[in-house]
Amino acid sequence: MLTEKLKERFPDAILDARIEHGDETVTVNRDRGNDFFRALRDEPGFEFNLLVDVTAVDWPDRKPRFEVVYHLNSLTLGHRLRVKIPVDAAGAWVHSLTGLWGSADWLERECFDMFGIAFKGHPDLRRILMYDSFEGYPLRKDYLYNKRQPVVEEIDPVVHPLHPSK
Amino acid sequence: MALPERWKNKIVPADPSEEIMELQMGPSHPASHGTIKFNLKLDGERIVDCDVEVGYLHRGFEKMCEQGTWTQCFPYTDRLNYASPCINNVGFALAVERLLDIDTTERCKYVRMIMSEVARIADHLTCLGMASSEVGATTVAFYMLEAREFLYDLIEAVTGARLTVTWCRVGGMTHDLPTDFNDRMKASFARLDQVLGDCDKLLSRNRVFIDRMANVGNFPKEQAISYGLTGPLLRAAGVSYDVRKAHPYLVYDRMNFEVPLGDRGDNYDRFNVRFQEMYQSKRIIEQALASLPEGPVTITDPKIVLPDKEKVYNSIEGLMNHFKLIMEGIHVPAGEVYQAVEGANGELGFYVVSDGSGRPYRVRVRPPCFLGMGALNKMLIGRMIPDIITTFGMINMIGGECDR
Repeated sequence: MLTEKLKERFPDAILDARIEHGDETVTVNRDRGNDFFRALRDEPGFEFNLLVDVTAVDWPDRKPRFEVVYHLNSLTLGHRLRVKIPVDAAGAWVHSLTGLWGSADWLERECFDMFGIAFKGHPDLRRILMYDSFEGYPLRKDYLYNKRQPVVEEIDPVVHPLHPSK
Repeated sequence: MALPERWKNKIVPADPSEEIMELQMGPSHPASHGTIKFNLKLDGERIVDCDVEVGYLHRGFEKMCEQGTWTQCFPYTDRLNYASPCINNVGFALAVERLLDIDTTERCKYVRMIMSEVARIADHLTCLGMASSEVGATTVAFYMLEAREFLYDLIEAVTGARLTVTWCRVGGMTHDLPTDFNDRMKASFARLDQVLGDCDKLLSRNRVFIDRMANVGNFPKEQAISYGLTGPLLRAAGVSYDVRKAHPYLVYDRMNFEVPLGDRGDNYDRFNVRFQEMYQSKRIIEQALASLPEGPVTITDPKIVLPDKEKVYNSIEGLMNHFKLIMEGIHVPAGEVYQAVEGANGELGFYVVSDGSGRPYRVRVRPPCFLGMGALNKMLIGRMIPDIITTFGMINMIGGECDR
């Protein structure tokens, strides 16, 4: 079992490990985040070379409020793993995985856009599906689905490029 | 296939002494399918940098799914990848069924698989047809759209709709296959074969087409894996990963089919992989129809599936059952599941979380073409403006799925 192996390998980083409906899930301490993911990617026996998805779940009544959820897949060994990192609401952040997987770039931008969770170390963390002047984070539970947004003044993109040259 | 010398070295570094021009291409551009903007930095026609902007078609799919019952999510899933809505329906249904720990009937699994493959062929025809028309092969586009029409007729015969099928339910489907499905299928496939043969002759050895596609948009194996590409994009780079083989769902493990692979990971390989996949999907459908079991397509658990209309109108129990299911929804036990299916563009994943009420707590879609768009920038830098068209076409960005 993958969860058993992980508990042995990272006794202090793993807060919880479980198997639900055939999906193996581990909950990991945020501060050990990047070492943990690096080991998952590189160490034989894990070899998770595909970062499938990055998303979050908002639990307003829980503490910590957010769960950042990663889905990993190993193309060589054919196993999957879900990794969760609990994050507090105040100044919510986790480490960025852009140094490990290219796919983390856009997936983390989307998670930031939807939940307002910052990914420390992301080279270009800005909104991706919403426009820059959008107010709030739509997938948080306290954002009402029918909330209105203020009218945005039209900006001439030639005079004021939205994303100025870096 | 060894490439002639003139196809190599299409990447030329920018000349720093040249002035860089900024150009915004799209979102209202015929080749950007109306929903993508490329913020380009150009040295002549050479792309120095390309910032890809998505989100113009964002409708809040994930947010809206949290507002209704589990069953009410099905119409939303149709509108993800609207070129192959059956696959989205199936993926979502499978995810919820795993949360409920229920198993559907044998016939249901076969029918879902058959319709997923029909949808996959239709999706590939759309992608390849549009991509061909964008490089000038308009004839092929019309041939392929005509072939797609035969398949849409089939989908319409089964689901009652061409595009917004809303045909799966938790625990089964709204309709079984029509009794004459076998004959319809044979007739459609005979014509499809003809069209595919014609398109193959028109394109596969066409000098203009190969010049535009071969060695353009290359994305080697390691990079493709790092950027999370799946489906035809990953297989074109030579990685044999297909959810249907690696993590079989429905009854794919009983079917005999191959996974077509490319080797260079360029647009020509992507085109060929998709083209060959259509033949493999046909094989799956023919095998499945030959071994299609009899029986119902829907389970009978009254806590999950709506009762027959006759019971609803003629008995108080049936009426209450109907009322409870419609008003409160299916009570899915608390938990979470990630269910991946092989969409036409790659791994389509549904991560669903339930808090035990009748409504989804969180529905997350892992959109395959969103990841492809994330890698587009790396595929384009150093290339020419016309290469945007072919590479973008081969990613097969479907706005509904990419932007949700």
